[in-house]
Amino acid sequence: MRTEMTMPATVSAPLPTLSAETSTSARPAPVPDRSQWLPGLLKWMLLMLLALGLVGPLLFILAQAVLTPAGQWAGTQPFVQLFANINFLPMLARSLWVSAVTAVVTVPLAYVFAYALQRTCIPGKGLWRGIGLLPLLAPSLLPGIALIYLFGNQGLFKEWMEGSIYGFWGILLGEVFYTFPHALMILLSALSQADGRLYDAAQAMGASRWRIFTTVTLPATRYGIFGALCLVFTLTITDFGVPKITGGAYSVLAVEAYKAVVGQQQFGRGALIGLLLLVPALLTFTLDAWLQRRQRASMSSRSENYVPRADWRRDGANLLAVMLIASAILMMIVVAMGASVVKLWPYNLQLTLQHYDFDNMDGGGWLAYWNSLRLACGTSVAGTLFIFCGAWLMEKTRGQAWLSTLLRMLCFLPMAVPGLVLGLGSLLFFNHPANPFNFLYGTMTLLVLCSVVHFYTTAHLTAVTALKQLDPEFEAASLSLKVPLLKTFIRVTVPLCLPQLLEIFRYLFVSSMTTVSAVIFLYRPDTVLASVAVLNMDDAGDVGPAAAMSTLILLTSAAASLLMHLAGSRWLARAQAWRRGRAH
Amino acid sequence: MMHTPTAAPFMTAATEEDAAVFLSVREVEKRFGSFTALDRVSLEVRRGEMVCLLGPSGCGKTTLLRTIAGLERQDSGRLHADGRDISQLPPQARDYGILFQSYALFPNLSVADNVAYGLGRMSRQQKRERVTEMLSMVGLDGSQDKYPGQLSGGQQQRVALARALAPSPSLLLLDEPLSALDAQVREHLQLEIRRLQKQFRITTLMVTHDQEEAMVMADRIAVMQHGRIEQFGTPEQIYRRPATPFVADFIGQANWLPFTRLSGSQVAVGGLHLEIQPDESDRASGRLFCRPEAVQLFSDEGCANRFLARVVDRIYLGDRYRLALAAEALPGQTLLADVSSQAHERVASLDAQDGLWVTLPRQSLQVFA
Repeated sequence: MRTEMTMPATVSAPLPTLSAETSTSARPAPVPDRSQWLPGLLKWMLLMLLALGLVGPLLFILAQAVLTPAGQWAGTQPFVQLFANINFLPMLARSLWVSAVTAVVTVPLAYVFAYALQRTCIPGKGLWRGIGLLPLLAPSLLPGIALIYLFGNQGLFKEWMEGSIYGFWGILLGEVFYTFPHALMILLSALSQADGRLYDAAQAMGASRWRIFTTVTLPATRYGIFGALCLVFTLTITDFGVPKITGGAYSVLAVEAYKAVVGQQQFGRGALIGLLLLVPALLTFTLDAWLQRRQRASMSSRSENYVPRADWRRDGANLLAVMLIASAILMMIVVAMGASVVKLWPYNLQLTLQHYDFDNMDGGGWLAYWNSLRLACGTSVAGTLFIFCGAWLMEKTRGQAWLSTLLRMLCFLPMAVPGLVLGLGSLLFFNHPANPFNFLYGTMTLLVLCSVVHFYTTAHLTAVTALKQLDPEFEAASLSLKVPLLKTFIRVTVPLCLPQLLEIFRYLFVSSMTTVSAVIFLYRPDTVLASVAVLNMDDAGDVGPAAAMSTLILLTSAAASLLMHLAGSRWLARAQAWRRGRAH
Repeated sequence: MMHTPTAAPFMTAATEEDAAVFLSVREVEKRFGSFTALDRVSLEVRRGEMVCLLGPSGCGKTTLLRTIAGLERQDSGRLHADGRDISQLPPQARDYGILFQSYALFPNLSVADNVAYGLGRMSRQQKRERVTEMLSMVGLDGSQDKYPGQLSGGQQQRVALARALAPSPSLLLLDEPLSALDAQVREHLQLEIRRLQKQFRITTLMVTHDQEEAMVMADRIAVMQHGRIEQFGTPEQIYRRPATPFVADFIGQANWLPFTRLSGSQVAVGGLHLEIQPDESDRASGRLFCRPEAVQLFSDEGCANRFLARVVDRIYLGDRYRLALAAEALPGQTLLADVSSQAHERVASLDAQDGLWVTLPRQSLQVFA
């Protein structure tokens, strides 16, 4: 038996090849892969959109800065001119200084707040968390207005500051309020996970609480702290909402760029300052990308999640700190809202709605509010659709790999571009007479496009995270069952990602409701926006109406957030049927 | 096994229909950057046959399966299924069902909706009947209204199997479908899938890194390494007559004895002269390969290839012992030998006296480079 058994034929050796003739005649006409053209087309459309809303504006702001009006290479000459201005270097120094101080003040406050929420057993965490994130719902102009009501010339506590709120202190306090939730979100996530085994080991060795904090907690969150510092610095140096209102004579770069363009029509100067502002933003962006890779490596899959145990001394101290910070935030909001419904703060506290009579004031009237609402709805509907479909195309469809890679890179870019730079670039790009899309300038369509691009990255990352949690073989399984991908997208992918879709929707709505930085360069009288109206009314000295409009923005954002939250809860309730058994 | 028609591939004389090639892979090449995942691979699977692609991770077995599924596109080479050239067809035009390690069931759809997912143009009533039929086939009657999350892993993979088979595909592809399951569930499902595969006579290609699974389930096994198929044959052929040292090592346990040749049928190993069967290579030196269970521990005087050895270590494996033997004639070599639990007592007593007379049967020795 053994001897008859032939050696098994190995088939790795090439089989006898067919002659060239038979192989060509046997080969059927190549079947066009029809499954590929629709995703391909959609990817190209997305690329067009990003080219129009992002790449064009960025190229134009670059060109404006480094080319002479005749289109010649201007070299370093414009920058030399800019720096030679006697006022410029002090202004640069002021910008850097106030941004650095803001970062150093905000991040420890946010750290304490985040620590209390993630690592202690204080009661009412949901409430505190909501209050901590509340500033996100308001335009950056609101803290400025609140500060003026509190410490300004007619402020409640004007003696405390003796008028010095207009300047460094005003900017600092306003920016701390404005950047606090951004830092808080980063630190909440940095503190969200910890390896419980390290804490057990430290305690077993008899380390004191403070020693555990400095040797375990702090090192594990150092990337988050650093990332938060960078983000707060960048947000502050590129924001002009707060300094516009409370800066007074303390002029900073962002306001200067705004004034150069809107007030003096000096586009070149505005573009140069914009490019300068791009530097810290790009640095932060690169650093953050690098840090995130490091952070991921520090938590191994074998770690056990740390769960805090009740400890009345620690919890009491943290609760006190959280309550102090939360009441400071609430005070700013309550003052701005309260001042908007009284006759003349703080002298005549009779309730009135006269400040809401926008139509009889400068600034755009109720039209501005309705425009903002239209912008927010348009941005959230179009943005959610484009961004989620885009993420799906990049993550879940095959083919055009280079196109997907290019799109992925473009999707990350908006995070590194301050709104001021994007708005200015869009102004230069769409206002150019030779641009065939010139007709878009000043329209709501352009405002929506600019807002979608402005907030693209965060929404894109949310979508990508959601999609990555799905089984990567869903698409392969549905194709093997001869079901088109689109059907699976609608029947499976969208329902499974609904919570994140609502979150993207909410984020885009609130962001475009409150934003002022990009859109301020792009509106026309008939497309004036609420946040812009706040700025204009404040400029005209109508602080009461400015507070009223800010209040309206805040309430609208809050209502939208609440609505999305309710929708999410309803989804959860309906999805209970299939989520229940997950624990298996 | 003889009573089932699909046992045919085991026999040397296959009937004509069974011999018909259903799936043919010709010179398929696939690169990822500088890494060659598939190095001009060719493979032919007969109609109704179950073939396992077996190999260590990174050997290209999954890439080959995904290329056949159309989920990866080959750089060159051609694929034919049922006489059709499917080389350039998109996945949905290739007509196959597929099972993944992760099940890939849609969690928000009920079991019935999952199974009916690929039943495009059927009426509602027809779909319901088909779903009932498929679920009862995989032993999950009455689970229609449950959601995948409410089922165990093994049950989920059954649903996935029902879903894959519901549209009656002509080819079934299994991508490590049982790797995520407990040993007991896995063994049970192995037999279950094999039973259904035979019942439907559906041509099946399965990827696995588990050699026992491949042995249990496959009509033929293709052992892969570095993007090539090292050997393609029945489980018996692969085990008894490995074509390469890699196959010999990857499947089961092996003894390797370095030799120098004395004549066509005689080699020197250490201080021993061993007789071997004459082989075509006739190489002057190399290694002899021998399975542990082929080593004979009780032999009479006069047997060829007989020498004295002592037991230096033993592992208890339940039904048998695996012994590590050392022999004066084989300095520096340890020889693995399997002995049944019943015979072990005798081995122990012999070992305690003069030592064991061990024989390496001529026909169990195979020559490799």
